[in-house]
Amino acid sequence: MENIDGIATYPMISLLIFFVFFTLLFWWVFTASKSHIKEMGELPLDNDNDQPLNRKL
Amino acid sequence: MEVQQFHYDNKIVQKFLYATMLWGVVGMVVGLLLAFMFLFPNLTDGISWLSFGRLRPLHTNAVIFAFVGNAIFAGVYYSLQRLLKARMFSDALSTINFWGWQLIIVAAAITLPLGITTSKEYAELEWPIDIAIALIWVVFGWNMIGTILKRRQRHLYVAVWFYLATFVTVAVLHIFNSLELPVAALKSYSVYAGVQDALVQWWYGHNAVAFFLTTPFLGLMYYFVPKAANRPVYSYRLSIVHFWSLIFIYIWAGPHHLLYSALPDWAQNLGVVFSVMLIAPSWGGMINGLLTLRGVWDKVRSDATLKFMVVAITGYGMATFEGPMLSLKNVNAIAHFSDWVIAHVHVGALAWNGFLTFGMIYYLVPKMWKTTLYSKGLANLHFWIGTLGIILYALPMYVAGFTQALMWKEFNPDGTLVYGNFLETVQQIIPMYWMRAIGGTLFIVGMLIMVYNVVVTIRKGSAVEDELVEAAALTKVTGRRTAGETFHTWLERRPVQLTILATVAILIGGVVQIVPTLLVKSNIPTITSVKPYTPLELEGRDLYIREGCVGCHSQMIRPFRSEVERYGEYAKAGEFVYDHPFLWGSKRTGPDLLRVGGKYSDNWHLNHMYDPQSTSAGSIMPAYQWLVRNKHDRSQVEAKMNAMVSLGVPYTDEDITNAQQSMAEQALQIEKNLYSDPEFVSSYEADKTYAKENGLEFVEMRDREIVSLIAYLQRLGTDIKVKDNDGLLSENK
Repeated sequence: MENIDGIATYPMISLLIFFVFFTLLFWWVFTASKSHIKEMGELPLDNDNDQPLNRKL
Repeated sequence: MEVQQFHYDNKIVQKFLYATMLWGVVGMVVGLLLAFMFLFPNLTDGISWLSFGRLRPLHTNAVIFAFVGNAIFAGVYYSLQRLLKARMFSDALSTINFWGWQLIIVAAAITLPLGITTSKEYAELEWPIDIAIALIWVVFGWNMIGTILKRRQRHLYVAVWFYLATFVTVAVLHIFNSLELPVAALKSYSVYAGVQDALVQWWYGHNAVAFFLTTPFLGLMYYFVPKAANRPVYSYRLSIVHFWSLIFIYIWAGPHHLLYSALPDWAQNLGVVFSVMLIAPSWGGMINGLLTLRGVWDKVRSDATLKFMVVAITGYGMATFEGPMLSLKNVNAIAHFSDWVIAHVHVGALAWNGFLTFGMIYYLVPKMWKTTLYSKGLANLHFWIGTLGIILYALPMYVAGFTQALMWKEFNPDGTLVYGNFLETVQQIIPMYWMRAIGGTLFIVGMLIMVYNVVVTIRKGSAVEDELVEAAALTKVTGRRTAGETFHTWLERRPVQLTILATVAILIGGVVQIVPTLLVKSNIPTITSVKPYTPLELEGRDLYIREGCVGCHSQMIRPFRSEVERYGEYAKAGEFVYDHPFLWGSKRTGPDLLRVGGKYSDNWHLNHMYDPQSTSAGSIMPAYQWLVRNKHDRSQVEAKMNAMVSLGVPYTDEDITNAQQSMAEQALQIEKNLYSDPEFVSSYEADKTYAKENGLEFVEMRDREIVSLIAYLQRLGTDIKVKDNDGLLSENK
């Protein structure tokens, strides 16, 4: 490993990728609008879509 | 807004549900048979295709790819249609996906017992089947992405992201780990050797657990738990963090399967760090699943689906706490190669995968057949008997793992091993194997109760194969971000961009680990005394692979005083440079074999294979009598050597031309060695005379399989026993 040129920058690059990845992730998550989050969370429960029509009638 | 009417395809879900139950029973019954073979090693005496080494991969493959695989397809085909408000993209692709997958399973069920295997764990299937898997997997992905593109729901729910990540990552893992050079229709060699093969294999093996047994099931959890509890997931924000951090971190953790091995230290440490970090997203997901039930815990008492799911998620939490702990080097030093790992994987497989699948089945079957479950009582019985089965399986295996590992490491004051005979440590844990077999039996009984309950339910119901529904058509919106739309909200409605970003997230970890090991030569120091196998040894090695010896015997001595004392000099990376594939193994039901060469006589090996209990009283190794009787077909050796040359093994043209002669000479020498035992001479000569008198065909000892295997075993680890070699251990000592 010591023989590779500029090996010392590898950990720095890794750390940066990490930092940027998680910063962006948390930024997205916390700036998402409440109503959108609520709507997304309730998607599976959207009962209009999984009640068969032949039953409703 | 235009409201459209369309049908959900329930038939495909029903088919996958049937397949899940069928293969679940098959896979677990094979597992139970294996559990009893620890207690009665010669239970299937003399039947080569029912021997332990060949059945073990059948069990793991059947449970992972047949049981869990079909459960994934059933759950995905059900939830995807409803989350996207669309029928599956193509009925033809759905059908191809179903029958193609079942054919692959049948092919596995035939080839593995016949000893047709690559020996790489959870990737044992030979190259034509590997190609079929890749094709069918693409069909599945094509069908899924096609459905996503014609959806009527603008934003993709988090479960769908998990499905997408599963598709992409499994494809990448399968293709890279299965790169192999075919020698014949059903025989190939891994293109990687030794350390590199080990790294790629456990990058695959670990992530097969991540992206086949975990991410699709997390998707199912995020769909079915809210459905069954009839309330939204506890925190949708947490699920976003869960998804991205899990797929980003998981892919790096593979090397924790190779701690203290000959893998370079930097790769081992990288694996440890990421494994420890993995606890955060895993537990985030578990908490999110369990807290979804806040306020409706009373439902858990009465609803079979929720009961199973709560235990499943708890099992997930236990297994993902244990995973990072097992990755710590000091814990791993004890757990690795022992039954602790068997306990760990079964908490994952029986509780997380098994119980989540059962919960899903209890939820789906009444819905699919428009009826109510036949018996809640039977479902409850299944729940309790299954839970008891998991506990009775896992706890004794933990005890067995600890006990045996500590016995392996125990020293007398004078510096000798207290339990120098490996068999003493095996005998000590036989009661634990009994309890495990009982626990496994309970789990299967529970599953059979479920099958009965489901069959009766289906009989009283009526299948609605195409379910009529209506939903508004999706109006076109710009591909760019609309006013006030954040990046992630935009991403949630752009499936292609989301898939690309997920792919990037999983590729980073793989590239950082794999590429340097493949490209940087200094990572694998060479040892000048390490030479390629002779043709006969190469053929013997293929027998070792065929019989699945690697399932119970490691070839990896870790640099511990206890292991060096018991087995000899610890393993060096440079010893394995000609090993296509590597055979380090992951479990020591029997002792390590890396330095078994020269330890016993040829006669000992012959007698041991014929009747292990005669040479090693109390051994739980099954007999391999067919190896001693059968003529060995060595006709392909030139093709095999040519393949090895293409992979970088330095056989000369002369070596290959003289292969048959070289094999004949080496085999004859072993036959001569065997003649040194008077008992062998009398029984062998008696056989010969008998065959002659009765006009039967007689196979000379030198032409039999056992001779090749002895040649290989006697070679193992001897290359660096030559202590006076100057170039020995050039860099790696």
